[in-house]
Amino acid sequence: MTTILGIETSCDETAAAVVIDGTDVRSNVIASQVELHSKYGGVVPEIASRAHIERLDAVIEEAMAKAGIGLGDVEAIAVTNRPGLAGALLIGVTAAKTLSWVLGKPLIAVDHIHAHAHSPAIGLDAPPWPAIALIVSGGHTSLYRVDAPHAIERIGSTLDDAAGEAFDKVATILNLPYPGGPQIERIAKRGDPSAIGFPRTMLGRDSLDFSFSGIKTAVMYHVHGQGKTEGGLEKLTSADVADVAAGFQAAVIDVLVRKTLRAVGRTGLCTVVLGGGVAANMTLRKALEDACTHRHLTFHAAETAYCTDNAAMIAALAYHQLARGETAGLDLDAYASSGKAARGTTRG
Amino acid sequence: MNTQRSALNRESRSPTETFDLGVGLGRSLVGGMSIGLIGPLGAGKTQFVKGIASGNAAPDSVRVTSPTFTLVQEYAGRLHLYHVDVYRLGGSAELVALGFDEFFTSDAAVVIEWADRVRDALPLDSLWVELRPTGETTRHLSFEPCGNSAHTCLEAFARSID
Repeated sequence: MTTILGIETSCDETAAAVVIDGTDVRSNVIASQVELHSKYGGVVPEIASRAHIERLDAVIEEAMAKAGIGLGDVEAIAVTNRPGLAGALLIGVTAAKTLSWVLGKPLIAVDHIHAHAHSPAIGLDAPPWPAIALIVSGGHTSLYRVDAPHAIERIGSTLDDAAGEAFDKVATILNLPYPGGPQIERIAKRGDPSAIGFPRTMLGRDSLDFSFSGIKTAVMYHVHGQGKTEGGLEKLTSADVADVAAGFQAAVIDVLVRKTLRAVGRTGLCTVVLGGGVAANMTLRKALEDACTHRHLTFHAAETAYCTDNAAMIAALAYHQLARGETAGLDLDAYASSGKAARGTTRG
Repeated sequence: MNTQRSALNRESRSPTETFDLGVGLGRSLVGGMSIGLIGPLGAGKTQFVKGIASGNAAPDSVRVTSPTFTLVQEYAGRLHLYHVDVYRLGGSAELVALGFDEFFTSDAAVVIEWADRVRDALPLDSLWVELRPTGETTRHLSFEPCGNSAHTCLEAFARSID
């Protein structure tokens, strides 16, 4: 039995979790900064970094208390060290290094996006791999082929805007509060998804990549008028706005589902998993589940608690890294980008 | 004698032409310079940066995407290129709090989307590019150089497209 403490501070959320053997989540604590950010309409990095510093100790203590363990029971410390805001990542990395050194326990560096791709496996009796993983969030929209926790290969991703970013920007166009994703989904329930035929950008028959920049622009011109960049919203009734939200959401989901099925066709895999912040969108979950059921594919969506940024997914993936002996040294750095470190991304 | 060009204007009829203008500018980038992009949602700012990265000889593995959520992305190429998006920031103080002002003192080139929101955080020597929609796919691009490296870059760019 291996007890791992996970720490995540890559962007908006300060999170810590205790997970046993990679799948038994004993605690999953998230101090969300959404309230702090909502009045600004987005992430405020200065506040984000300061809030991570102020909250991390308490969040770790709460994760330990909820799991009913003490520091002496922790067998390894896992931390997100890429990708994200360098300054924010560094706060979690520094805390994890300190704990690792003080406790004399291994340190494990986890890629945030890989952890999202692996998150649908948490809580399952048997691993779902090999599978196609669709990961959708504000900063990322990607398809992965996951053969095992250590074999995660990106096979498609957005060429411009992430799907979650499109949700947020369309919410801005419709003058809805931040965060925009849940607002669009709420309003779309009252709208007719087929009232407005927004474009589905498929990028050719073979592509597994995404493009959501065009639909954002299409919504803008639908609301503001052709070639205009403001005004027009006052002319729409609330029913019109609901139709815009529903039509936009339907177009995005349609592309996400069709590309995922294309990846299934390409690879011949029989399982689809869904993760990332936008996976909390119930309309998307249901659409993908229905499409998979129709084609006799197995489907698993990450539990909503593991969709938004969280530390349980960090500790869960770290278990498999630890089993393979993939531990980090106390010289561990934080990197803004996934993969190999780009120049100038480390801090401290 | 001042033979420096004050401003340059170009029309783009499509996202492809916006990309191509970016390619021309990317070929002319000068180390240490910054480019401030101005334009509303959907104006083609990220599309323009794709062109800049391509003209700057980014390797095929480089993928230019919107940094709205990630705030900054970096691309290899002839010059190291920082791609910053301040859409979600409240103002210049936050750019500094993030440490992004360090980019301006490096020998890399920096391109900033929504730069008018952090105008006073940009170096005085900056090239300002405004993308103004004139129709569904048509854009008016105006290039306004302030300072030496911005002028040098724009002169080279103007020669390459004239």
